[in-house]
Parts: sequence; C-alpha cells; structure tokens
Amino acid sequence: MKITTKFWIGIVVLILLSPLGLILPEHFKAGSAWGEWGADEIQKLVGYVPKGLEKLAGLWNAPMPDYAFKGWEEKGLSYLSFVYIVSAVLGIVIIVAAMYLIGKLLASKGD
Amino acid sequence: MHIPDGYLGPTTSGLFYVIMVPIWAAASKFVKKTLKASQVPLLAIGAAFSFVIMMFNVPIPGGSTGHAVGGVLVAILLGPWAACIAITVALVVQALMFGDGGITAIGANCFNMAFVLPFVGYYIYKALSHNAPVDSYRRVLAAGVAAYIGINVAAFLAGVEFGMQPLLHHTESGQALYCPYGLNIAVPAMAGEHLLIFGWVEAIVTALVVKYLQKQAPSMIQEKEG
Repeated sequence: MKITTKFWIGIVVLILLSPLGLILPEHFKAGSAWGEWGADEIQKLVGYVPKGLEKLAGLWNAPMPDYAFKGWEEKGLSYLSFVYIVSAVLGIVIIVAAMYLIGKLLASKGD
Repeated sequence: MHIPDGYLGPTTSGLFYVIMVPIWAAASKFVKKTLKASQVPLLAIGAAFSFVIMMFNVPIPGGSTGHAVGGVLVAILLGPWAACIAITVALVVQALMFGDGGITAIGANCFNMAFVLPFVGYYIYKALSHNAPVDSYRRVLAAGVAAYIGINVAAFLAGVEFGMQPLLHHTESGQALYCPYGLNIAVPAMAGEHLLIFGWVEAIVTALVVKYLQKQAPSMIQEKEG
C-alpha cells in the first residue's frame, strides 16, 4: 500500500475519533480554551465585557460556529458528536480542494 | 491558541497581517521552487492532519481545554515553508467556516501557529537529529523535543499578544477594551498549560508518527538539504 493511502486512512480514523475532542472536555467539566470565552463568560470572569471586544466579537457569522449547526447547541452529545464528524469531513474537503488548487499553482510538473 | 475576534485591538491585529503578508509571499516563492506535482497530495494531507488534530480538545479537568497543532510534524515531513502554507489554509478554514479563531486575528494566529511553531520545531529537529541514522531513536526523540518546544514558543507568544492588550487599549477608568488580562496573567496561563499538558500531546503525536515512518516510509524523514 502506498504511504499516502495509509495517511488518508489515518485521516479517516482521526475524523471518526474526533468527537472525543468534544466528549472528553464535557466529561471532565473543562470550560473554554484560555482566551476563547464568549461575552457571558467574560462578564462572569472580570465583571464587565470590554467595549471593543463586545463590538468585534460578533464581526463574523461563521456558517457552522464551534463545529456545530446553528440552533443545535441544546441537543444531546450524540447529535453534537455527529455534527462534529460532519464538520471534520466538510472542513477537510474544503482544505484538500484548496491545497490541490494551491499545489497546482505552485508545483512544477514532473517528478 | 486560536485568538478570537475582539481579543486583540486593531493595532495588534493589523500589525500581524502586515508581518504575515511577506511571510506568505516568501512561503509561496520557496514552495514554488521546490514543490513537485507528486508532492501535492502530501501537502493536502498535511493541512488536513493539522486541521483534524486541532479538533481533539484535551481537557484540563475542571479547567480549560487545548489541543495539539501537528505543525512541527508537517514541517519535519514537508519543510517549514510548505508547513506554513498548509497550516495557514487549515487556520483560515477554521476561522471562516467554524468561527474557530477570529477573522481579524488570522494574521496573529498564523504568525503563532503557521510560522513560529513549524519553523522553531523544524530547526530544533534538524539540529538534534543531525547525522542521526534514519532509523535511530535519536530521531524520534528529536521530533518529540522539537514539537514540545515549537508549540510552547507559539503559546508563549499568544500569551504575550493577549497580555499586551490592557496596556495598549483601555478606557480612562482603566477598563480594558479588548483582552482584559495583562501579561502577568495571560503569559503564565498560556505558557503554563502548554508546558504542562498540550505540549506533551504535540510531542507524543509527533514522535509516534516519526517512529511509524522510520519503518513505513524512511525516505520521508531523511535529512533534507537547506
């Protein structure tokens, strides 16, 4: 088997295991990453929401915020795990397409 | 380590875009010189790997979470300039598609994770593994140490970027406008959790893959020119 094939299998395995990155923090009651709090969390942490932060925080509306569908936040962990895998697949499809495009622009022909 | 929108003031976000533009240009130039069409799939796999490994949030029980970046591994296998491009693409997709990392902070996040992290890691790996046989244990250890240091330097810098904000931007009454924590809190927090936990995740992942490749594809980890 070619090494690239083995790598792709590895990527697929990682995609399928990715919900661990959602389930383990939930299980161990770990909060947000440091410096990645939402406005509510900041309010709790420092007692106010910095003005500039409040203005900029909502600047961009990502189509799948936090690797989930909008409005699915309250659904159970199994739903969220499923969407996490969907996010991984979508993200990787976009990234691979972008890399092939960039590769085509940059790479010299031949071996 | 994905700085969101609103944590960095306009000066800092702008500065890092200004710093990153020539780095991205240099990366394209160097990769254009060396990249062969047959290596494009590997470049795509590198970017995909970095993206998916960052989804594995590792919890500090009752505390925060963090993750590996995989960037030192990509740099060891493809060189630091190619790694810079691969990780940049992963970070841009994370920001635009999933709101992971702010769009105003893409410059800063790319500086930390797509530039400093792979370059520091790559040159430490190169120095430590110099003249070591492809199948040697030293090469595995070098990869682990390089990954550990690479991600920790990046985390330290992220801490400095966060921590500078209250100094740069505050109201007359002293309230912060952006990141509310200064250097005395941001740097120990970012550096500490990566030194204690997430750095080890990066080190173990990198060392294990290099160990696997020693048997499976030794040509990939041979010493390269430049």
